[in-house]
Amino acid sequence: MTAVAPLRRVEQCMGTVFSIDVRDPVVDPAEIEDVVRWLHWVDATFSTYQPGSQVSRLGRGELTVADCAPEVGEILDRCERLGRDTGGYFSAYPLGVLDPSGVVKGWAIEQASDRLRRAGSTSHCVNGGGDVQCAGDAEPGQPWRVGIAHPLRPGDLAAVVTGTDVAVATSGTAERGAHVIDPHTSRPAQALASLTLVGRHLTDVDAYATAAFAMGPAARDWVEQMPGIEGFAVALDGTTWRTDGLQVGT
Amino acid sequence: MKRVLLSVTGTVLGLVALLSFKSQGQPLVSGALPSAGLPASAGSSAPAGTGQSSAAPPNPTGSTSPASTISKSYLGQAIQTQYGVVQVKLTVSGTKITNVSFTQLTAYDGRSQEINSQAAPILLQETLTAQSAQIDTVSGASYTTDGYVQSLQSALDQAGIK
Repeated sequence: MTAVAPLRRVEQCMGTVFSIDVRDPVVDPAEIEDVVRWLHWVDATFSTYQPGSQVSRLGRGELTVADCAPEVGEILDRCERLGRDTGGYFSAYPLGVLDPSGVVKGWAIEQASDRLRRAGSTSHCVNGGGDVQCAGDAEPGQPWRVGIAHPLRPGDLAAVVTGTDVAVATSGTAERGAHVIDPHTSRPAQALASLTLVGRHLTDVDAYATAAFAMGPAARDWVEQMPGIEGFAVALDGTTWRTDGLQVGT
Repeated sequence: MKRVLLSVTGTVLGLVALLSFKSQGQPLVSGALPSAGLPASAGSSAPAGTGQSSAAPPNPTGSTSPASTISKSYLGQAIQTQYGVVQVKLTVSGTKITNVSFTQLTAYDGRSQEINSQAAPILLQETLTAQSAQIDTVSGASYTTDGYVQSLQSALDQAGIK
């Protein structure tokens, strides 16, 4: 049995850390560098912190969508659909100003995974700031194990989610304070300490996690009725809940 | 070859679990094994699947790797289970399985299902510390570059070299 060392690449981007973990040996390391370069392009294009980015200029009316990269229009369309899916809880204008950040990171992570798949990888994991897209299994027959950071006990895990081809996103207040804004009230959402959603595609899973977190107590019923999406939450008092479809193992 | 068979068994079981994913509304209680939701008879379908898989004529589709190791794909025979028809494609590089995918999956009610290798995700909920949980990666609320999760992730990245 020849063991092949997995390829790992860690890169700071979009104000956080991306980790690319490729477990199968077929991928050329140059492909991973291409993915990293593409992530930086996404950051430069969509950043609301950089006044010269296309999204910043679009928000100020200096550019039209047609002037921007096609990905910008794609993201705005996606935001509209996500707004409909979530009853308006997801918005590209959370504070009244164009800010599609709530979907860009999850989309970029899923796209990075798709790029690795096209490069031949069937077993990898892309983690961007705690939002995770896994492809295949971690090892043949062994699903990925994704630890859920405990929002109230730093250093501990609240749970572990295992799965194949699984996307996991957590929204919460643990690290950055109350940064999720309820677009209906323009006030921070604070009923839960953290909400983790599990599904197949991170773009939706991540945006849904952001939106559902803002729903507070209504999140559970909403996630329960979303096909293909399961949820696990830690409330501020430390109690937890999960959706019925998320089976519990040992 | 034994390892190949075991892997297929595990994956078929995972697939059967997928068929009941979010359809029963009947979660397993805490402490149950992930596969405990399967009826006992599901066990009999798995050996059938593995046996047919190994008996199927090899169907090499050529190399996808520039390395000296040649990657081959093997299409298993379509297997009828009580849950539907399952057909698996194995990709093997040397002695290492590099992929297991499904080329056919028909649910017991006859509807064609989207071909999807996703097994039902399982929530493991215990008293956990990150060091003992043997995790591959961490999900957490957006963490800053000096957050503890990053530290944990970097440790995982270092430990990942096998």
